[in-house]
Amino acid sequence: MSYFSDIYKGIKTLLTGMSVTGKYFLTSRKGAITQQYPDNRATLKMFERFRGEVVMPHDENNEHQCTGCQKCELACPNGSIEIIWDRAIDETTGKKKKKIDKHVYHLGLCTMCGLCIEACPTDAIVWAQNFENSTYDRTQLTKVLNRPGSKVKAGIED
Amino acid sequence: MNISLNITETIQDWLMSMMPEGVASIAAMVSVALIYLIIFAVAGLYLVLLERKVAAWFQLRIGPNRVGYWGLLQTMADALKLVSKELTGTVKADKFLYNLAPYFVIISSLMALAVFPFTKEFQAFDINIGIFFLIAISSVGVIGILLAGWSSNNKFALIGAMRSGVQTISYELSVGLSLLTMVLLTGSLQLSEIVESQKEGWLILQGHVPAIIAFMVYMIAGTAETNRAPFDMVEAESELGAGFHTEYSGMKFAYFFLAEFINMFIIAAIATTVFFGAWLSPFGITESLPWLGVFWFLGKTIVLVFLMMWFRWTFPRLRVDQLLTLEWKYLLPINLVNIVIMAVMVWLNLTIKF
Repeated sequence: MSYFSDIYKGIKTLLTGMSVTGKYFLTSRKGAITQQYPDNRATLKMFERFRGEVVMPHDENNEHQCTGCQKCELACPNGSIEIIWDRAIDETTGKKKKKIDKHVYHLGLCTMCGLCIEACPTDAIVWAQNFENSTYDRTQLTKVLNRPGSKVKAGIED
Repeated sequence: MNISLNITETIQDWLMSMMPEGVASIAAMVSVALIYLIIFAVAGLYLVLLERKVAAWFQLRIGPNRVGYWGLLQTMADALKLVSKELTGTVKADKFLYNLAPYFVIISSLMALAVFPFTKEFQAFDINIGIFFLIAISSVGVIGILLAGWSSNNKFALIGAMRSGVQTISYELSVGLSLLTMVLLTGSLQLSEIVESQKEGWLILQGHVPAIIAFMVYMIAGTAETNRAPFDMVEAESELGAGFHTEYSGMKFAYFFLAEFINMFIIAAIATTVFFGAWLSPFGITESLPWLGVFWFLGKTIVLVFLMMWFRWTFPRLRVDQLLTLEWKYLLPINLVNIVIMAVMVWLNLTIKF
């Protein structure tokens, strides 16, 4: 008699489902996942893998890790990155060496695909977790990632 | 504290002292109708808010919490917005029926509210065929839905309305039969007498096994009758746009929306009256305070409304053929067998009475 066992199974599975949602209902007070965004702006922390924008971290001596290899510029599918580079005399070896003048990043063009960060051999550029990127003027979206007066960290190319 | 809650008579007596009898009775009817209309329009809005809050809690969200303290004025603000919106319509719509349909739906659901015994004397219209009236009036609403679907001259609306017709007419049978199963216990269709007979124990206890089966069948069929998920074939957002009210906007849409929630309240209120002793308190703990009956009635109703919301946010939707299989192959045969079992039980005096 599959007719009655069907009814029994039907009721059993429905009650199982109701117990699951019932548990969610009872714990909803603690576990609400809604962020009340503009109110909690001060405390809101984005999760680690969030792709906000590309930044170049600098250490306390104003040194970055970018060697100017242009791999990120080549990897970028829509030309968001432009590297303006120069040659300068290396103090230790006395030879001419490539260095970056400006690492220009167009946030307005960027699709947050992350290919530049994967391509970077020295981890000079990373994702930042900020998300309030809107501005009143489009020109503010063109950013120079390396700070003025910064230089490449010694020994990063070895 | 002894307030007379028999509002129809109280108002009529008061009006009688000022004007001739005929005018007074009509004026009393109109004023009672207005009181009910205002109370239940507001109650409907708060049911919408409750639904949104409960839905939010089931989905681990917060829900409306911006307008007023804890979001309490949210649905009021929504209603104000809908009142101020433009009423758009289709060019080739059947204008007369198109405008008539929402009133059909809302009036039929408001009419059903008249017979509920909120407490011993707080009942607008104690008709002696109360259950029959409720079953009849709840199937009038589907005419409004069919009219809305037909007159808006839209394929989606028509398909939605036809599905509603199929669904409501099928599940009407189960609702009627499961209520008749309980009428076997009371021997009366009058709601006040049904409540009176429950002083020896609520009917769900008096009838034990068949009563519980009847209650389950009633809740399933009742949920289907209100066209709510998991039986929302009528609106079916993913398939039909918005179903029968695709072409409606502004206040006319709000009437359909409000009617859905008042219908939910009605289904829960019928279950409260017939299965859970209406305004009777458990073990008669507040028998000395008759006006507390309103509290018990509404409390039981809200619990059942919550059960229907729980259904909605748990169960997956049914296909049209599954919907009809459930009714015609499962609910109806079970119901027919159940009514025979109940009859035999009443005949052999196997009911539990305290």
